[in-house]
Amino acid sequence: MLDSTPDGLNSGEPPLLRSIGLTKRYGDFLANDSIDIDIRPSEIHALLGENGAGKSTLVKAIYGLIQPSAGEIRWQGQPVVLSGPSEARSLGIGMVFQHFSLFDNLTVAENVALGLDGKESFKDMSSRLEQVSKLYGLPLDPRREVWQLSVGERQRIEIVRALMQDPKFLILDEPTAVLTPQEADQLFIVLERLKAEGRAILYISHKLEEVKRLCDTATILRGGRKVETCNPRHETAASLARMMVGGEIKEVKAASGRTTTVPRLVVNDLSLAPAEAHGVRLEHISFELKGGEILGIAGVAGNGQDELFAALSGERLSKDPGTVVIEGIAAGHLSITQRRKLGAAFVPEERLGHGTAPRMKLSENALLTGHAASGMVHHGFIDTAATLKTVDRATETFDVRKAKRDPEAASLSGGNLQKFIVGREILRNPAVLVVSQPTWGVDAGAAAVIRQALLDLATAGAAVLVTSQDLDELAEIADRIAVMFHGKLSAPLATREASREKLGLLMGGSSLEPKEAAHAVGA
Amino acid sequence: MQLVLEKRAERSNTIALVSPLIAIGLTIVTMVILFAILGKNPLLALHAYFIAPLTDSYSLQEIAVKATPLVMIAIGLSLCYLANAWNIGAEGQFLVGAVAGSWIAVKTQGTDAGAWVLPAMFVLAAAAGALYALIPAICKVKFGASEILTSLMLVYVADLLLDYLVRGPWRDPNGFNFPTTAEFDSVATVPLLIEGGRLHLGSIIALLVVAAAAILLGRTIKGFEIRVVGAAPRAARFGGFNANQLIILTFAVSGALAGLAGIIEVAGPVGHLQPGISPGYGFTAIIVAFLGRLNPLGILIAGLFLALTFIGGEQAQIAMKIPLDVTKVFQGMLLFYVLACDSLILYRFKLSFPNRQVARGTH
Repeated sequence: MLDSTPDGLNSGEPPLLRSIGLTKRYGDFLANDSIDIDIRPSEIHALLGENGAGKSTLVKAIYGLIQPSAGEIRWQGQPVVLSGPSEARSLGIGMVFQHFSLFDNLTVAENVALGLDGKESFKDMSSRLEQVSKLYGLPLDPRREVWQLSVGERQRIEIVRALMQDPKFLILDEPTAVLTPQEADQLFIVLERLKAEGRAILYISHKLEEVKRLCDTATILRGGRKVETCNPRHETAASLARMMVGGEIKEVKAASGRTTTVPRLVVNDLSLAPAEAHGVRLEHISFELKGGEILGIAGVAGNGQDELFAALSGERLSKDPGTVVIEGIAAGHLSITQRRKLGAAFVPEERLGHGTAPRMKLSENALLTGHAASGMVHHGFIDTAATLKTVDRATETFDVRKAKRDPEAASLSGGNLQKFIVGREILRNPAVLVVSQPTWGVDAGAAAVIRQALLDLATAGAAVLVTSQDLDELAEIADRIAVMFHGKLSAPLATREASREKLGLLMGGSSLEPKEAAHAVGA
Repeated sequence: MQLVLEKRAERSNTIALVSPLIAIGLTIVTMVILFAILGKNPLLALHAYFIAPLTDSYSLQEIAVKATPLVMIAIGLSLCYLANAWNIGAEGQFLVGAVAGSWIAVKTQGTDAGAWVLPAMFVLAAAAGALYALIPAICKVKFGASEILTSLMLVYVADLLLDYLVRGPWRDPNGFNFPTTAEFDSVATVPLLIEGGRLHLGSIIALLVVAAAAILLGRTIKGFEIRVVGAAPRAARFGGFNANQLIILTFAVSGALAGLAGIIEVAGPVGHLQPGISPGYGFTAIIVAFLGRLNPLGILIAGLFLALTFIGGEQAQIAMKIPLDVTKVFQGMLLFYVLACDSLILYRFKLSFPNRQVARGTH
């Protein structure tokens, strides 16, 4: 199967970058186990793998962020040791990270200038910035401050910043995770163009359909080893997934005969001023969520989803108690602990630092949200056995994989920690579960477990609110989908009527025909 | 060959225990160099500092006496620091507690007041220390004023208050104009544990404080709250814990413990109120708290060790004419090394050997 692409795909040409037996060891743990990868010019090369498969480690080694323990990297045939990213950049390797490193209060041009070596004048740099962004169809106004920009525009800054160094090889880490479908399509045009210019692109993703559409070659990692290099166009999404996971992925299935019951979470005309500079103002948000139902909230990140989560969880209080009603009780003024006592449970987007205290043990993190209503505390004293039992039950029910019984939260992989967090909340049998980005950065296996758990919870009668940027995910589990844009929530659409195009339009701020919207408001 | 600092997957508990010892070792090495520069025999100096005080009962008792305020204050400070509240003004809370407690002693002097005097002094001293610590805490919570600055500045206010009282209203009329109150009555004095010795009841109280803190931090939800607010503030808020309430609480508790330590010192080893009742206990306790890893048992050990440096410093001054300031240099250096060594809890040194000579990336 190796390099058996039909059109030969530059196989005669020497690779631009080649890793030979690249190995990275952390203590006893092999993050990368002698990985050979060839990146050729004019190639979009997908790097596929579950979380913890070693993708980031490999990419970090190629970008000079970490030093491999063994093996070598060859750049245009020459062995190189990259002592840091600046050395990688000077060779012609660029990288766009999944998490942007931008300063909100600086302009686009200032942000770009900070990432360059500063040899040219600011004015020259600004005009070059405009040229590059026009040339590649990535429109940017260099004078605007970053906080005013959408996530898609922010990503453009990162891409343009990388392109301004004229890289021969560009690494993109999950670039479409934060884009609307329409924005993703635009990005693909840019990437095709870069490829046509002879540049090589390493494209990290777990969206298999996307990889099949865009990439010429795919290297699949599993457990730190290279499993396969193949042409993704000759594979099916299912076969790629099998190679990634090393087995079949359980299909997520909603139980039939799910019925909705009474409204368990009602939000009435919730408006909330932003808590911090550049935050989003929530405006007149209303919806009703019944038991047995999953409501999805789609939208590009930064449109008020975080603010809505804080308002629902009670991390931010509302002056008017009636704005948030949990189980029939006005709760807008109640603290998160009191809302938990009413039967609500919450799973925030950020696993480390928000959902868990990273340097604390899992049992302590079980206590973090369980202390109010789960019998873990008696007369102010912690029942350590009860907290450990929660860890064990979550481990068993949700297949949390960890090195020992009660490790620190930060030592778990993203998927396993997320399974723990979701498990911790579901084991409390909540009446209402509000969950933000349930499978963000989580491997396919864990994502299936989590989605199934959410469906099962709704089947058991709970009301589930899921905020996600992954439209496929919402389509898979939600009964209705609403879209958040600039702090406003659209009327929910039944999932079968919510096409990608419709949702994409709403995510971009356009409204659907008034008739349809008006109809949905009444729903 | 390269020396790299590599992040550990989990914090190393071994290093967490060993790091203070490494810091002490490094401090001693630096001290040896310092002694050599001062022209003193390093071995004799180290002996005077660390060995001689351990060889007689009087010095041993004196170490416990000096460790008592250090440990009590440091326990309170550790609660603040764990909760990310930076109380630097324990010295001031110590002095205010000493003053408030002394008020009862001064007012009951020569009367036939009974056994209630000493407990009342303790209660008032703790309350005063707590209230004094609440000033920076409330300024922090209400106005966002840096508690580091305000608590530190209030030290000097307390110092001057004490100075005014013992030079003015509370001065002993028979004291030959020395700035001091009269010796406290016996009902206003902390009882000794050994007849004719130095060890007093305060040391027992300090041990109780250590035990209480260990239970609080290890077993109770309040202790968990303190730890999680400091370790992950956003997660703590998600857990339903209020960081502002905790700043108020930990400042109050640490102020109360410092105030209590203040009155125990005055009504114990000193016996009367006078300026200079503290050789900087409130500041040295910061070192004790960190050297003890903000852990109650660790603080007990660290308190005894720092007390040893106080006693050893005095002996070295007498025996070898080493300036007393060297003790302060020692203590400062120790804090510096402790904080430096702490990075090894989350990181480790690693020698990396690139497998062969290869061309470096071009520039």
